Amino acid sequence: MNHEAPMWEFMNTGIHFNLANVLMMTIASLIVFIIAVAATRKLAMKPTGIQNFIEWVMDFVKNIINSNMDWRTGGQFLMLGMTLILYVFVSNMLGLPFSIVIGHELWWKSPTSDPAITLTLAVMVMGLTHYYGIKMRGMKNYAKTYVQPMGFLFPLKIIEEFANTLTLGLRLYGNIYAGELLLTLLAGLGTSGVVGAATAALPMLAWEGFSIFVGSIQAFIFTMLTMVYLSHKVSDDH
Amino acid sequence: MLTSNFVLGQVHFNGGDIIYQLVIFIILLALLKKFAWGPLMGIMKEREEHVANEIEAAEVSRKEALKYLEEQREIVKQSRTEAGQLIENAKQQGEAQREDIINQARAEAERVKESAKREIVQEREKAVAALREQVASLSVMIASKVIEKELSSADQEKLINEYIQEAGEGK
Repeated sequence: MNHEAPMWEFMNTGIHFNLANVLMMTIASLIVFIIAVAATRKLAMKPTGIQNFIEWVMDFVKNIINSNMDWRTGGQFLMLGMTLILYVFVSNMLGLPFSIVIGHELWWKSPTSDPAITLTLAVMVMGLTHYYGIKMRGMKNYAKTYVQPMGFLFPLKIIEEFANTLTLGLRLYGNIYAGELLLTLLAGLGTSGVVGAATAALPMLAWEGFSIFVGSIQAFIFTMLTMVYLSHKVSDDH
Repeated sequence: MLTSNFVLGQVHFNGGDIIYQLVIFIILLALLKKFAWGPLMGIMKEREEHVANEIEAAEVSRKEALKYLEEQREIVKQSRTEAGQLIENAKQQGEAQREDIINQARAEAERVKESAKREIVQEREKAVAALREQVASLSVMIASKVIEKELSSADQEKLINEYIQEAGEGK
């Protein structure tokens, strides 16, 4: 389980790439893109097949947004929500069926099982909340949210921003990483011998199912919290 | 893996991943916006409008149907009263005709009765006349047989006629 990461430095600039992450992010993006484009290639007024699925996803994200803010302000976040939920979901699922280790380097895994990546997504989301907060309500109103409802809450509000970012990223990372770690352990046990295989088979099955559940839930939670934080910054009455 | 990624020094912090994640997510967002979500939202909005239009059209046709129904109801009502009038008229006419026919029949019957009566009277008179003649000739025969010896037949007839005349008047 203590696999190395295939690191690569970009022209001695000190910027290092984990090539496994790069590969998996690309694959996840490609899969999301292919699913989305395939689902919207033949659009009809009476939806059939995969168009139903993608419209269901869109309604799902719409409901998430509507439960946090009114549609007039929230409508513009629909595309962000759609992309986020699909990307995170696909990323979570990627590490489940198998993992590929070449030499000592782990190549195939969930990209979301790396904290740097989940935190990047989290910081991006929080950055967007601040951006839209300033853009839609003005600098003054945006600044006011830090001293409301009372002035002495200011330090707490600052802490809250960092805490939100950290928990948003680490929650996703923790869930997915733990799921993959246990899967790796079970796989190791399963390949260790006949007895190992017999003992590992059932827990493996259960944990795969549970991981699919957790992966879906985490994708939903990530999108949900994104919208919650956005609505905190964007709506007037929060 | 967590340690291997985050401890700087021997193993390097993967800042490149962060940049790559940001870039690829933004690219994905842009591509999907252009190729997937845009058209999808378009068609969903179109459908929404279509449904709204259909509902409006249904509303309009419902109103129209109600109007037509009202009209039809009015027409049915009208024709019902007309039919009632017609039946009433026909009844009255029938009544009048019945009266007429009965009256005619009564008159006809009266007339037939009258003519029958007249005929009876005529027949009776004829019969009386014939009888009278018969009686006269018979009397003459009898009288002539009885009185042949004492009276001439002329005197005798005269006498008998006188008597018969008397008998006729006395009746």
